[in-house]
Amino acid sequence: MNVAVRPHLVDGTRSVRLPSSRQGSRSGIVAEGAPFLAVEGVSLGFGGTVALDSVDLSVGEGEIHAVIGPNGAGKSSLINAISGLYAPDSGTIRIGDDRFSRVPTRRLARLGVARTFQNLALFKGLTVLDTVTAGLVDRQSAGLAAQILGLPHARREAREHQERAEAVIALLDLAAYRDRLAGTLPYGVQKRVELARALVARPRLLLLDEPMAGMTATEKQRMSGDIRAARDSTGATIVLIEHDVGVVMSLSDRVTVLDHGRRIASGTPAEIQADPAVIAAYLGLAFDETVA
Amino acid sequence: MATTSAPLAKAPPRPSARGIGVALLLVIAYGIVPLIGTSYLYEAILTPFLALSLAALGLNLLTGYAGQLSLGSSAFMAVGAYAAFNLSLRLPFLPLPVTIVLAGLVAAFAGLVAGLPALRLRGFYLAVSTLAVQFFVAWLLNRVGWLSNDSPSGIISAPPLVVAGLSFEDARGRYLFSLTVVALLTVLAWRLVTSPTGRNFVAVRDNETAARVIGVKVARTKLLAFALSSFVVGVAGVLWAFAYLRTVEPAGFNLDRSFQILFIVIIGGLGTLRGAFLGAGLIVVLPLLLSRFGAAVLGDGFDSGTLEMCQRIALGILIVAFLIREPAGLSALLDRAARRLRRRS
Repeated sequence: MNVAVRPHLVDGTRSVRLPSSRQGSRSGIVAEGAPFLAVEGVSLGFGGTVALDSVDLSVGEGEIHAVIGPNGAGKSSLINAISGLYAPDSGTIRIGDDRFSRVPTRRLARLGVARTFQNLALFKGLTVLDTVTAGLVDRQSAGLAAQILGLPHARREAREHQERAEAVIALLDLAAYRDRLAGTLPYGVQKRVELARALVARPRLLLLDEPMAGMTATEKQRMSGDIRAARDSTGATIVLIEHDVGVVMSLSDRVTVLDHGRRIASGTPAEIQADPAVIAAYLGLAFDETVA
Repeated sequence: MATTSAPLAKAPPRPSARGIGVALLLVIAYGIVPLIGTSYLYEAILTPFLALSLAALGLNLLTGYAGQLSLGSSAFMAVGAYAAFNLSLRLPFLPLPVTIVLAGLVAAFAGLVAGLPALRLRGFYLAVSTLAVQFFVAWLLNRVGWLSNDSPSGIISAPPLVVAGLSFEDARGRYLFSLTVVALLTVLAWRLVTSPTGRNFVAVRDNETAARVIGVKVARTKLLAFALSSFVVGVAGVLWAFAYLRTVEPAGFNLDRSFQILFIVIIGGLGTLRGAFLGAGLIVVLPLLLSRFGAAVLGDGFDSGTLEMCQRIALGILIVAFLIREPAGLSALLDRAARRLRRRS
């Protein structure tokens, strides 16, 4: 399996390598105790349509938590609510020690939250290196004048940020595209660039909205490896939306199933696969499709 | 391959080639042109070319890099020119460079205020709000006599260009003065667009939501783009009035001028610094070529009215052609030509 060995993400260096098998994620890295992300009773409607209906979601620190469900189940709405792009009508969202009725998007990076988007949200006029470096914008402290005049501390900061970006670029095997404009790259590569932009800041909570949509089986496999490697090395809590049930079951520690804006089940992959409500709403159909 | 977006810093295969090119241009501009130029060349071509290039450079920071459309460029030129005039009139002890920097800061402040709607409006709606700025500034300059020192016609002559006892009053001096100002600001603009702040500009332009999510302060970035852009455009206004026209009058800064600067940016290439120079070169040279060509073909029938009409038609065709065939402008054409040459060699 070509994703079996991934470089380790310790302080952005490649010095440590850890094997990370497909079963690795089940081996109990999940921390006990208070969840890092807690969505409590969040409802969200768009002029009569209910996108989320009193949804609860609890994700432990360092957990890879998949959110699945049929189209229109409210998965993306949930991610958008957690990242503050949508304002819930009711309910609260707790990230770490902070509790919000609406998550302030402008403070996301400060809160240690990074995300990717279902339909790529890259800066098409920036090179891959600049795009990934831009993921560190929140750590930028040098002022405008210092940047323009090239004062020592601004140059040092720029160099450090570039080094961190280069490390993530190497980690996700993007070195070949380093100086290409993000908008000119193949779809699967753009997806990895977006992941790199999110990872470079070493977020504590990573929200991935269909990171493998439209990918080939091989690409999905390596993306799974990348996501797991990211969690194993940074300890990030990861919430991801994914349609491929096979990928979800092997990658996730826990799974939450949404249907028509409601949570119909939450548990380990094994529990979910055995849940009659889930099979009725979603899995039966999806499994048939996967098998066929 | 035609990309509709402009690169922030498209790393060329041989960056040194670009450095050599710029150095060569500066040697020609400072070393050779002043030896062989005529006052016609300075006054009718080079000085207006430099002032328009600078204005386009300023607008490009805002529109090309930060993606905020503005139709008020000539209002900011006017603010810069009038600020410089009033500063030199009322604070005559200030050295000219200080006056110009202060005038740029006044224009930057005007740009900051004009940029406030950008926090709520986008694209076409923003353009209309900057149009309002254009009309407001024209109205203000006509209405408040104090700004033009109560001159009955509203037209005032520009103060002499003297820096540290050195006079830049003749045609060549005004050219060299403009060249120096433009060269300095171009270097600063280049530093800006390759800095993290310039990267934020492009991030806001290309995807505002993603920019906000990764922590770009979107509102601050937009206002900064308006202020910095207006600073440069304001200084261009000072050059336009002090070095080129030698007079300061509201009519020199009308809506036509705003459009002209926008067209320079579009034709030259959005989001590239050299695009401003390429576009301005074309805009300045085009009328001269047309009038030569027209006079040769039509003889006496080609009067100034016909010329102006032909200019507008030619410009219109050019803009439509560029928007359809090469949205990245002359700059991208040049890139492609260079690549083809390199491949052949």
